[in-house]
Amino acid sequence: MEFIDNREDIFPDLRVNIGSLEIANPVMTASGTFGYAREFENLMNLHRLGAVIVKGISLYPRPGNPPPRIVETACGMLNAIGLQNVGVDRFISEKMDYLAGLNIPVIVNILGDSLAEYREITERLAGVPGVAGIEVNISCPNVKKGGVAFGTDPSMAAAVTKAVKERADVPVMVKLSPNVSDITLVARAVEDGGADSISLINTLIGMAIDLKTRRPVLANVIGGLSGPAIKPVALRMVYQVASTVSIPVIGIGGIETTEDALEFLLAGASAIQIGTANFINPRVSEEIVEGIGKYVVDEKLPSIRSIIGGLSINDG
Amino acid sequence: MSQYQEKATVSRVEQLSAKNYRLTLDSPGIAGAAKAGQFVMIRTGLAKDPLLRRPFSIHQTSANGHLQIYFKVVGRGTDMLARVKAGEIVSIFGPLGRGFQINKNSPAIIIGGGLGIAPMLFLAKSICRLKTDCSNDHIILGGRERSEVEPLVNDFKQFGLKLGLATDDGSYGHQGYVTDLLKSLELHSGCTVYACGPEPMMARVYSISKSGGMQCQVSVESVMACGMGACLGCSRMTKKGTYTHVCLNGPVFNAEELIWNS
Repeated sequence: MEFIDNREDIFPDLRVNIGSLEIANPVMTASGTFGYAREFENLMNLHRLGAVIVKGISLYPRPGNPPPRIVETACGMLNAIGLQNVGVDRFISEKMDYLAGLNIPVIVNILGDSLAEYREITERLAGVPGVAGIEVNISCPNVKKGGVAFGTDPSMAAAVTKAVKERADVPVMVKLSPNVSDITLVARAVEDGGADSISLINTLIGMAIDLKTRRPVLANVIGGLSGPAIKPVALRMVYQVASTVSIPVIGIGGIETTEDALEFLLAGASAIQIGTANFINPRVSEEIVEGIGKYVVDEKLPSIRSIIGGLSINDG
Repeated sequence: MSQYQEKATVSRVEQLSAKNYRLTLDSPGIAGAAKAGQFVMIRTGLAKDPLLRRPFSIHQTSANGHLQIYFKVVGRGTDMLARVKAGEIVSIFGPLGRGFQINKNSPAIIIGGGLGIAPMLFLAKSICRLKTDCSNDHIILGGRERSEVEPLVNDFKQFGLKLGLATDDGSYGHQGYVTDLLKSLELHSGCTVYACGPEPMMARVYSISKSGGMQCQVSVESVMACGMGACLGCSRMTKKGTYTHVCLNGPVFNAEELIWNS
């Protein structure tokens, strides 16, 4: 009897490297859209994910904003959840055991209102079993510097990166805010600060008004826009940043389909994160893993890595 | 806790009044697992706009795998859903949330106001199935006018419970509020009140229940993106001073857990 070796057809090579972290495929779930992963265990096979990025964690628990916290907009939604989370200590004691038991890298998103808070959270996460990486949310206001977001000032973004990097025992990914005039300046600053990778984009600041009441729909007045509405902006920024820095870039913003994900890889992203689409189809990230695998097989690619940054720009 | 994402075939579309519709969906997984008071998230279209699913309480289920929702056209999503034809497919996700906790040994007072009537049919059915003696149970339905109440009355009559009806304009039943009818009943502290309707109605029902020493369960509404505890969009302040989430800890709550602005 003859066996045909077609394993490559069955198991296309989807591995990608995010610095020193090798992941099985380029699909991650974005922070704040996937809870602490357990919420999705009955709805999909969590082990198929490249990595899971959990809900942003602060030093102390945060209650979040008053309602209404979300509103649907054209091809998207605005949210002002207010970084509600259980705080780093309860995260470690209540959520981490389950996450560590998953067969996939767990990346912990962290946030703070001061450099000291970022430092402290990183220290508490050091040595915790199951933490494969840290993603730093720098869109938070710097309370000590008058509430200007860390992510909008290149020097502050670099300072946060450095503070986390000095204390982290795992790779550090810095998540950029798109609410800046030149994203490449912030990207360069966090690369210089020692970031191992960059993820982008966080939400675009937006607003919705209720004409009947003449009031903002969100209790917080403004909120972050996400969903397919922001995909072209995200793609442009990923392209710009990937062309600027030499560390890996992770694309985020309105990805709903395999085709969306592949566009980000062509633009230079080594991996992608699925956000708002998780709310509409809890299985979407697993479906995109399957879709990318099928693409690699159908296009007879040696691996998914071969298309990263493969965008052709016609010079003529 | 079993949840399903199903491609449900629409088996029937009924227009019950100018803006109110009832949809019957073939959704055996969800219909089989659902409890009274739980809800489903439905995609009203397949395009990117409107983007999010919409939450709907489950109106009733049947043993043959059918599930009904009863809704009013209030925006683009519900407008699209009202135009769905029998035979078409919609994406449905559920059952979600915590439903009513039926007290088998306690006389039940079921109160539905306006669209809040929707989950009460499922509840009345479940109560009648669970309890051996329903002779002291009541159903009270109300709305702004006749068309919000009358089309559903026959469905509630099948249980043989005492039925009270009220409309704000008096075009059907008692002129006034469901709470007038609630107060007119001979209430005692052993009764359990189950209510769903506009916030001021539920606040008033709770206040009457409280002064009568009765347990009161309410089903509340909220905007939500996911329906399953991931987006944290459906927050509601509790008496403890912390936020609860309607999708996971509700939509049915003990009214005493929540803050009411009456």
